[in-house]
Amino acid sequence: MMRFDTALGLEARRGPIATTLKFLVYAAMVVVFTGPLVGLLVSAFSRTLDPTSFSLWPDGFTFDNFVKAADKNVYDYLLNSFVVVGFGLLLQMCVSVFAAYALARKRFRGMTFVMLIMLATMMLPEEIIAIPLSLVLSDLPLLNVDLIGTYAGMILPVGAWGFSILVMTEFMKEVPVELEEAARIDGAGELRTFFTIILPLCRPALGVIGVFGFTMIWDQYLLPLIVAPQSDMWTLPIALRSLRSDEEVGIGVLLAASLLALLPSIIAFLAFQRQFMRGLTSGAVKG
Amino acid sequence: MTTPTLTTAPPDTTPSRRRPKRARRRGTLIAWAFLAPALVLFLYFKFIPMFEGLRMSFFEIRYAGDRFVGLDNYGRILTDDAFTAAIWHSVLLAVGTTVGSLLLGLVLALLIEGPARYLWFVRTAAFLPVVTTMAVVAEVWRIMYHPADTGMINAILGWGGLDPQPFLASEDTSLLSIMGMSVWRGTPYDMMIFLAGLVGVDRTLYEAAAVDGASTWHRLRHITLPALRPVFWILFTLAAIRGLRVFVEVYVLTNGGPNGSSEVLMTLIYKLGFQKGELGIASAGGILLFLATLLLTVLVQVIRRRQAA
Repeated sequence: MMRFDTALGLEARRGPIATTLKFLVYAAMVVVFTGPLVGLLVSAFSRTLDPTSFSLWPDGFTFDNFVKAADKNVYDYLLNSFVVVGFGLLLQMCVSVFAAYALARKRFRGMTFVMLIMLATMMLPEEIIAIPLSLVLSDLPLLNVDLIGTYAGMILPVGAWGFSILVMTEFMKEVPVELEEAARIDGAGELRTFFTIILPLCRPALGVIGVFGFTMIWDQYLLPLIVAPQSDMWTLPIALRSLRSDEEVGIGVLLAASLLALLPSIIAFLAFQRQFMRGLTSGAVKG
Repeated sequence: MTTPTLTTAPPDTTPSRRRPKRARRRGTLIAWAFLAPALVLFLYFKFIPMFEGLRMSFFEIRYAGDRFVGLDNYGRILTDDAFTAAIWHSVLLAVGTTVGSLLLGLVLALLIEGPARYLWFVRTAAFLPVVTTMAVVAEVWRIMYHPADTGMINAILGWGGLDPQPFLASEDTSLLSIMGMSVWRGTPYDMMIFLAGLVGVDRTLYEAAAVDGASTWHRLRHITLPALRPVFWILFTLAAIRGLRVFVEVYVLTNGGPNGSSEVLMTLIYKLGFQKGELGIASAGGILLFLATLLLTVLVQVIRRRQAA
């Protein structure tokens, strides 16, 4: 009796031709989807660089490109990126956890309205509000603060993220109410219950919103573009464009900088793969 | 309503004789306090810009003072050749990217479905483009698309005996080239969501079909694909909206060139707003884009309801 674990039943086909074909397809997939990234990795460490293309085979191993990158302020841009993603993620996670606590554990007047607001912000693509956002950032209503050219201008707008709040809310709903009640009977106050009972139980979800938040903030492009008109505040992704056409260094520095901009998100993904896949499917399938 | 709290009396709530009411009011107060940071940030960086954009779209924005122009900005957009071309390019790019990644994603998901360890490796490797920073992906593809025969993709085409293509450098192929890169980045995402959907397909149906002597094609057509329908619509909506609002890809790869052949709505809005100072028209463009995404979402919902009914 054949088994039918998959739609095509490929697992069951074990003949030499079938096996070879299967592995050719899988190899092709890996090459096509990782090839450009491997090319970047190899070329960034390569000595002689054709300015028009990059090589999949290393041509002399060197750190030259990374050394020259320092002259082009690449490490300053990298530092800016880390400052923004560090504080941005911290803020985003705190905001999400607090908001999720209210949405998951409290019943209060106006809750439907708040849920609607969350969904509305997820519906609204940030590209569309880029122009008015730049004006709002240059003169915050009521506060009259100018955030253009500051880290805060790049951090605060990513501080609240609907996706992150909703993922956290769904997770917090699963935490048994009995634990919370027990803590209250023991005399723990609101904040204490929150920090000692609820939060530790939500650690898996913190991983999910952490890794998604990281990729989301690291990938910001339009926001730093409108907030940082001067090159001293540039983040690495938006600085790449300026490293492109350099007569003396060719594309070496661009490739080194690209690799530096790429690695953190790849590392975050590989380290938190399980959480990533979990957030991906829950976010999309529940949609 | 709320679970009664046994904590010590709160010092800040308004005094009330009846305990449950006070507890409820206190619960509401705490809930709003926990929500406050998120709501303030949303207000400042989402809703105020949104309404400011809506307001600006009806004005001519000048230093001397804004002048109300009614629907003129919208009229100018819809009659301007550059704008209509950009709208057309955005739609083409959205359709091409969406269809391409959905089809490829589905085929690949079917091919690599299964619990084997090496399949897990293939999946992880294939998923990498999704998590990479867009700006980096675009720079890498710009280099790979180099038009001379030394360019990476042209070299590969050369092995197959094909002539070198101009890719981004030609008016005829610039949009297609951007589409190619977007499909490359979008496919693994769709593939992964389809895979998650495939897990939910009822295995006993496969066995029943096998007993009835159904072919693989029939099984696919009548069991697998119908089961994936909800996933398909979600992916379709997400991809189409992402396609319409595309910015970084185009900005980095071609910046709309050559000769405006790959100019999309967002790059045009960006240029108008930040380089030419036409804030009113740029805002109107943003509002139109928002309406388009809203319409698309509602439309998909309606179709889904119809199908479900």
